[in-house]
Amino acid sequence: MKRLAIALAISSSLALPFAAHAVEYNQVQTDKSAINFTYKQMGVAVDGKFSRFSSQLNFDPAKPTAAKASFDVELASVDTGASEGDEEVAGKPWFNTKVFPTARFVSGSVKALGGNRYEVAGQLSIKGKTQDVVVPATFTAQGKSGVFDGSFTIRRADFSIGEGSWAKFDIVANDVLIKFRITAASK
Amino acid sequence: MAVLFFGLLALGFYMHDLPLSPEKLQLYSWHKWAGVSAFLLVWLRLFWRVTHRPPALPTSMPKLLQLAAHAGHLMLYGLMIVIPLSGWLMSSAKGFQTVWFGVLPIPDLLEKNKEVGNLLQTVHMDLNLLFVAVIAGHIGAALKHHFIDQDDILKRMLPAHNTEK
Repeated sequence: MKRLAIALAISSSLALPFAAHAVEYNQVQTDKSAINFTYKQMGVAVDGKFSRFSSQLNFDPAKPTAAKASFDVELASVDTGASEGDEEVAGKPWFNTKVFPTARFVSGSVKALGGNRYEVAGQLSIKGKTQDVVVPATFTAQGKSGVFDGSFTIRRADFSIGEGSWAKFDIVANDVLIKFRITAASK
Repeated sequence: MAVLFFGLLALGFYMHDLPLSPEKLQLYSWHKWAGVSAFLLVWLRLFWRVTHRPPALPTSMPKLLQLAAHAGHLMLYGLMIVIPLSGWLMSSAKGFQTVWFGVLPIPDLLEKNKEVGNLLQTVHMDLNLLFVAVIAGHIGAALKHHFIDQDDILKRMLPAHNTEK
């Protein structure tokens, strides 16, 4: 009996580090996260960003396929690089933020691609239109936090972003590269 | 060269007040392409000026006016260099790189910085207002030489006139 108790004690103490390893990153730190984008204006790349967004995330490196993520981006917080551009894209032909204030991403399935690379399939909704998107992301543990980096390209026309005189792609290109960095702490 | 600068000035003042539209972005790109072209051509002009001394001013001109003429010309050359340069710096600071004719990227000289960008916009604008004033003085002086002093200053600026020297 005594032996069994010792054996149990040893095995549980051995198991502990593994248990500690199975951390779940679920506290998104928005101050250490960023959502940027790059668009082309007459062939010239211009950088912009969204300064206000919220995110829910559950990621356990031991069970990546069970991971879940969602984002809500406040579209009025856009920085296009020029203030008159910020006003313009809030308007009806672009985001129409009065009617559609947020863009939302909800993850569906998560695939582990090996190493620290993952592929997140999900749905992106902007301006009342929803599209399936596949988002490649990498995960890096940094102390008690996990950092998720990734980028994917959307076509603005799929979401009717830039209508009317902006609908042609000769001045503002259709492709918009979205880059994100999400930092999440474990509880 | 003069036509290019008048075009740039007119386009610059016009496009600045336009509401944002695809046309405005297009005009901005054209203005930047033409500005880079002008900046390069000015150096050719400067090289020509350094290697070809212009004929002396008429001796009938008072010393003070001769000095004013030289100062005016110096300012014209200086502004032709500094104005495109301020536009280039302003584009860099605003985060809108200049790509010459949509093909050749011109390196950004400054980091993206909103305050610096806005400051350079003011500088670009003020330098242009000064440029307009100096050009007006230049034209006015040339006309004065022609009609009031009745010397050959205006005529000698024309290419066909260089045959006698």
